[in-house]
Amino acid sequence: MRDIAVVAYAQNPIVRDAGANNEVELIMPVVKQVLKDAGLKDIHDVDFTCSGSCDYLQGAAFAFVAGVDALGAVPPIKESHVEMDAAWALYESILKINMGAAESALIYGFAKSSPGKLAQVLSQQLDPYYYSPLWPDVVSLNAMQARAALDAGVLTEEDMAEVVSRSRANAKSNNKAQLSGDYSVEQLLEEPEYIAPLRKHDCPPVSDGASAMIICTVEKAKEWGLPYAVIKAMDHRIETHNFGARDLTMSESTAIAAEAVGVKSAKVDIAEIHAPFSHQEIILKKALGLDDNTVVNPSGGPLAGNVMMAAGLDRIGEVARRIINGEAKRGVAHATSGPCLQHNMVTVLEAE
Amino acid sequence: MPQNEPEVLSQAFTLGYTYTRSTGPVVGRFLTGLRERKLIGNQASDGKVYVPPMEYDPKTAEAITDFVDVAETGVVKTWSWVNEPNEKHLLKKPFAFALIQLDGTDVPMLHMVDAGSQEAMSTGMKVQVRWADETQGLITDIACFEPASEEGKVAEKPAVAADLEPVTGVESPIYLEYNFTAGKATAAFLSNIKKGKLTGGKCPECTAVYVPPRGSCPACGVANDENVELTNKATVQSFTIISIPIPGNPIKPPFVVANLMVDDTHQSFLHIVSGCDNSDVRIGMRVEAVWKPEEEWTHAMESIAYFQPIDEPDIPREEIGKLEPSANEPSANEPSANEQPSANEKGEKKDA
Repeated sequence: MRDIAVVAYAQNPIVRDAGANNEVELIMPVVKQVLKDAGLKDIHDVDFTCSGSCDYLQGAAFAFVAGVDALGAVPPIKESHVEMDAAWALYESILKINMGAAESALIYGFAKSSPGKLAQVLSQQLDPYYYSPLWPDVVSLNAMQARAALDAGVLTEEDMAEVVSRSRANAKSNNKAQLSGDYSVEQLLEEPEYIAPLRKHDCPPVSDGASAMIICTVEKAKEWGLPYAVIKAMDHRIETHNFGARDLTMSESTAIAAEAVGVKSAKVDIAEIHAPFSHQEIILKKALGLDDNTVVNPSGGPLAGNVMMAAGLDRIGEVARRIINGEAKRGVAHATSGPCLQHNMVTVLEAE
Repeated sequence: MPQNEPEVLSQAFTLGYTYTRSTGPVVGRFLTGLRERKLIGNQASDGKVYVPPMEYDPKTAEAITDFVDVAETGVVKTWSWVNEPNEKHLLKKPFAFALIQLDGTDVPMLHMVDAGSQEAMSTGMKVQVRWADETQGLITDIACFEPASEEGKVAEKPAVAADLEPVTGVESPIYLEYNFTAGKATAAFLSNIKKGKLTGGKCPECTAVYVPPRGSCPACGVANDENVELTNKATVQSFTIISIPIPGNPIKPPFVVANLMVDDTHQSFLHIVSGCDNSDVRIGMRVEAVWKPEEEWTHAMESIAYFQPIDEPDIPREEIGKLEPSANEPSANEPSANEQPSANEKGEKKDA
């Protein structure tokens, strides 16, 4: 894989309910922002555009098609879409560049989860014969995973509360975050259980928002005269949809992907982990092979704001932004998809 | 609310995905077994017994064809406690979602446990099947699991019809509730409709006017939130005569649906043409909105009953939809017979 440069990343403030803003109105500001930050005039200055979204979230068929109205796609552009987190739209874009079919791409992800009942909506991504007729809401499924990990001694409730406490504290310096503040572990453990063993704060907030990113070849970034972070390696692996057949206390697919991209081959300064539930950060940190020398989720991570279909791209964007700012030399970004960490992507980014 | 912000228009609706699914031989065999109140699993080449049966071995991808009968008792491997069931959950009192490993199997299955209270639940507890009163060949033929009785015996089973065909398909309708919010542009447009005014959204860059506006100028990718008041007059760009009744549509066929270009706009929309013989409707015909009585005006295009012909010369076919956006003019509201289609081909009518 050739090196790919991340030259711009923008994120809307993450909110519980974007109210009167429709998808187009959510997307336009971030698309405008990344084009401006990259010094580009309009969408025709990039070779390819790819988005990630899911129509089930807002309950509007082909909402992703309307999203294209945010771009200014006249005359027509080369465009694609994944019904997944936009981290996979980024992956498609990188393949496109590696094929030699493009030198630059704009990626965006968005979701308006507020119109629906997200925990129920997500039950419909499950096996339609055995699972979804039982309406297993997403919190219940992840609570089962948390208990499996607790029972196995992989983590403790204190560990989970520590993840939440740190997430909210880190998010204080992230003006896009939905949830932030100072909460001690003791304070969090005093909260009642929600869907046991999870407490409400162990779960991500329901969020509306959008994010966008521009990538290009390193040569193009130099031509444009832009500072950039380099995507050195990227890999994603998927496990069986039958989560009964998986060991929920670990993340095998993450571990394989992390090995494939060489996470441990050098010091990892920062990691942004797409762990929507607190216990998952601990499982994933272990699977990624990270130790305590790595700063995990400096943005606050998904517990501080979890825009479906953008939160994975956000992890990569947050790492890239910090590398460009000089806060880190090397970072790892993780993105997930599917129930209980079924599908996982690991990206290594480095300073130029 | 800031003064310039339009009101937030929202509408609750239920989206039905009324799927019928074919089961294939493996799932069908399991569901046929459930209908007879029997549990059937299958055994992979490594000896692992799956229940419900898997079509393919997740490790080797081999088809699993070796079916085995499975016990109705098992052990809870992990669980979550749902203290407040939501409206979709099948048990209407506190219950557990659990992964249950049936005796003699190797891979736990997802279902529910009715244990009465959280205190009665524990990892490793023994449970048994509680069959539904009536079975249909669905996963819900297992009503839930319950703590195993002392004798480990399941209550006597009601008789089942013996001479039924094997299950080959399932009805799996899904209904999800949403509260749709119109975008800012759509909300402003519909608020004006409720006042008896037809308005369009004007692009600040190319000055094209879109009716109804959707939030952006799709050609420029910028918000078109300047509302311009329009005339009630339009030209028929194209039309069709609907001769068959459409389910849910109260209008009796035959009736005319037309693409209408309102004067001084750049995008056609669909509405009904009436007030003349259907056979008189033609491309280029001049029409005018006929509004319903004021007390019937709502936030919907139905506030306009239909468009009816007016006594004006037809517009030549080649001139319809050829209005150039007046880039140098401060207003696109100058009277003109010329019109131009926009790049936005998604002309469906969208009522909040």
